[in-house]
Amino acid sequence: MTPSLARWFARSAAASVLVLAASACAPGSESEEVTETSASDVETDVSAMGDLTLTVWDQEVRGGQNEQIEALNEKFMQTYPNVTIERVSRSFEDLNKTLRLAITSNDAPDVVQANNGRSIMGAFVEAGQLRSLDGYSDVYGWEERFTEEIRALASYSDDGVTFGDGSLYGVPQTGELVGVWYSQSRLDDLGIEAPQTTAEFEDALAAAAEGGETPIQFGNKEGWPGIHDFGFVQNQFVPADQIRDLGFGVEGASWTSAENEQAAETIAGWAEQGYFTDGFNGLDYDPAWQAFAEGEGAFLVAGTWLLADLTDAMGDDLRFMLPPVGATGELAVTGGTGLPFAITASSEQADAAAAYLDFITSPEAMVGIGEAGNLPVYGAGSLPADGATADVLDAWATAGEQAAIVPYLDYATPDFYDLLTAQVQDLLAGSQPPDDFLATLEEEYTAFTSSGG
Amino acid sequence: MADGDAAVARRGGPPGEPRTVAYLYIAPALLVFGAFLLWPILHAVWLSFYDWDGLTLGTWAGLDNYRQVLTDPELRAPFAHALVLVVFFAALPVTIGLALAGLMSRSALPGLAVFRTVLFLPQVIAMVVVGIAWSAIYAPDGALNDSLSALGLDGLARAWLGDEVFALPAVGMVGTWVGTGLCVVLFLAGLSKVPRELYEAARLDGAGPVREFLAVGLPALRGEIAVAATLTVIAALRTFDLVYVMTSGGPGGRTRVPSYEVYDRAFQQGQVGSAAAIAVLLTIVIMALTVAINRFADRGAT
Repeated sequence: MTPSLARWFARSAAASVLVLAASACAPGSESEEVTETSASDVETDVSAMGDLTLTVWDQEVRGGQNEQIEALNEKFMQTYPNVTIERVSRSFEDLNKTLRLAITSNDAPDVVQANNGRSIMGAFVEAGQLRSLDGYSDVYGWEERFTEEIRALASYSDDGVTFGDGSLYGVPQTGELVGVWYSQSRLDDLGIEAPQTTAEFEDALAAAAEGGETPIQFGNKEGWPGIHDFGFVQNQFVPADQIRDLGFGVEGASWTSAENEQAAETIAGWAEQGYFTDGFNGLDYDPAWQAFAEGEGAFLVAGTWLLADLTDAMGDDLRFMLPPVGATGELAVTGGTGLPFAITASSEQADAAAAYLDFITSPEAMVGIGEAGNLPVYGAGSLPADGATADVLDAWATAGEQAAIVPYLDYATPDFYDLLTAQVQDLLAGSQPPDDFLATLEEEYTAFTSSGG
Repeated sequence: MADGDAAVARRGGPPGEPRTVAYLYIAPALLVFGAFLLWPILHAVWLSFYDWDGLTLGTWAGLDNYRQVLTDPELRAPFAHALVLVVFFAALPVTIGLALAGLMSRSALPGLAVFRTVLFLPQVIAMVVVGIAWSAIYAPDGALNDSLSALGLDGLARAWLGDEVFALPAVGMVGTWVGTGLCVVLFLAGLSKVPRELYEAARLDGAGPVREFLAVGLPALRGEIAVAATLTVIAALRTFDLVYVMTSGGPGGRTRVPSYEVYDRAFQQGQVGSAAAIAVLLTIVIMALTVAINRFADRGAT
């Protein structure tokens, strides 16, 4: 490029930017007011709505998930022949990346599956892109259907600032818990019983280490498994209310509390004593649970989403249990729901969409969801099951009854996922002492919560 | 250009003199280039002046995004990591490439073509595949640790990609592996055009193989070195796929690079303005280095 041509380019580029800036057209569009249908205006008779097409974006692409949603869509269209469901299914990651663009486009879908956290559902609520479901909830009785903990996971204030409280913006089909998987035969060989308390759990870890078994199978290269394992220890030391506040990013909650200190010191101690798989920060999540399935490791701290894969590999030997009860004396378990189904603000057939949400989360739907090998968000206790499946269903029912479910910790602020994954990696590698670990989290946490979101 | 000159140019002018009609010839390419490259770049520059989450109305932020990138240690670190990668992606391949090309051009080894092909092979493989394959090699029970313990070097075995010191060099070595073949092939081509007589003259003057390469081969390769350095430096600075596949930026953010940061901010965290600012700065750094490398090469040529 000759100097004069380069100068010409530089000048015109600068000029264009100035023009764009001066024309004061900022990117994006003004936040819209909250869209809500009040209970008195809700039309529930879908067959009277005339011919219509519902566009639904979901990420139920895996085996059992795909099976249940296809069956339900089919059934809905049979019940209401005037409705056509146009289903667009994408993987979880693809959905998260494309939803932002899709939801702001002119022909946005009617129903979308939006991840609970601030960076997806919270951002959509703030931008006025989702419809408050409160009116529909009154009409369809969703408050009785879903427990308070479950509804909190899809509730936001109308400005999107407060999470865990406010209006309902989505309804989920399935539940998930982060608990402990173990192999009955391996525990028998080590001569230990399934531990019920933190003290028993630590004894079991020591016994496993002594017996030459990896106490906790753990692969943390991606970083996010660390959130689950840290949360699992925190569940035992920190009262559920405190964890809930921290997860939802409530102002005033603190990472540097004495209870959190105990949790951080405990898990760092476990890492130091070699209770996790060697080289866990360089080991991927999948190879880790696969190694567990193939017979390595006494325990695996992971979610109920592994039920089908682990059962395939381990059969009746596989068991699942809730986190042991620790210093708090009460049960707490990290968990949540499958991605909630929400209705977009721009949908012109919100009533039909709401009827669809009610249909796919009905008690009859739950039976099909469970039969397809998923954990239904309610009614789990009444399903016939055995082995680990029964363990998982029982655990979900117990967690629901005792209001023990606490949210994922990375929900707190938009950056918390990156921060927490990196910090837990460093804490467990021993390069960040527990005090500094908590202080770093606290700094980001208070900076966000005190700024009012 | 004065009016008179322009008139001359329009009438035909001397051969080789640019004519206005030339713009017509390049118009189709320029339009495509403008629509798919210049406009998006300007759009990114424009976005970088806003605080925008990708959904709601953005607010004017002026130079705040840039100030943040330059002052926030969390945002400066990725640029430092990228510079470390330049050593592995560019400096090492060029050095190793020179040594190998020097050796290979001297010896009449049978099967030289096979070696050349094998060295070039990594260039042909998609980076994602390369990343997955090397992840398996670096895994705690992967090939690298197995080889180390077979040699009795168990002490050196570690979870390479999870190690706070070695994760970044481990990613970098993959870049060396990929880049070396390209450099060797470029340099071999450059050496093949050096007249035999020059080598003979050097040899008659009593130069050994090393001296001969330094005095004859190396100066002849200046242009090729510039090309190799430009390509490999750009590859180093824009690295995304390797980091995304191999480490997700971990452990503890020690392998985060600017491109990964752009992706993370724009698509995961909803900080589009800040992501755009990083992208713009990265573009400027790449352009500056490219210009510097070519200046260096040109100066030597004259």
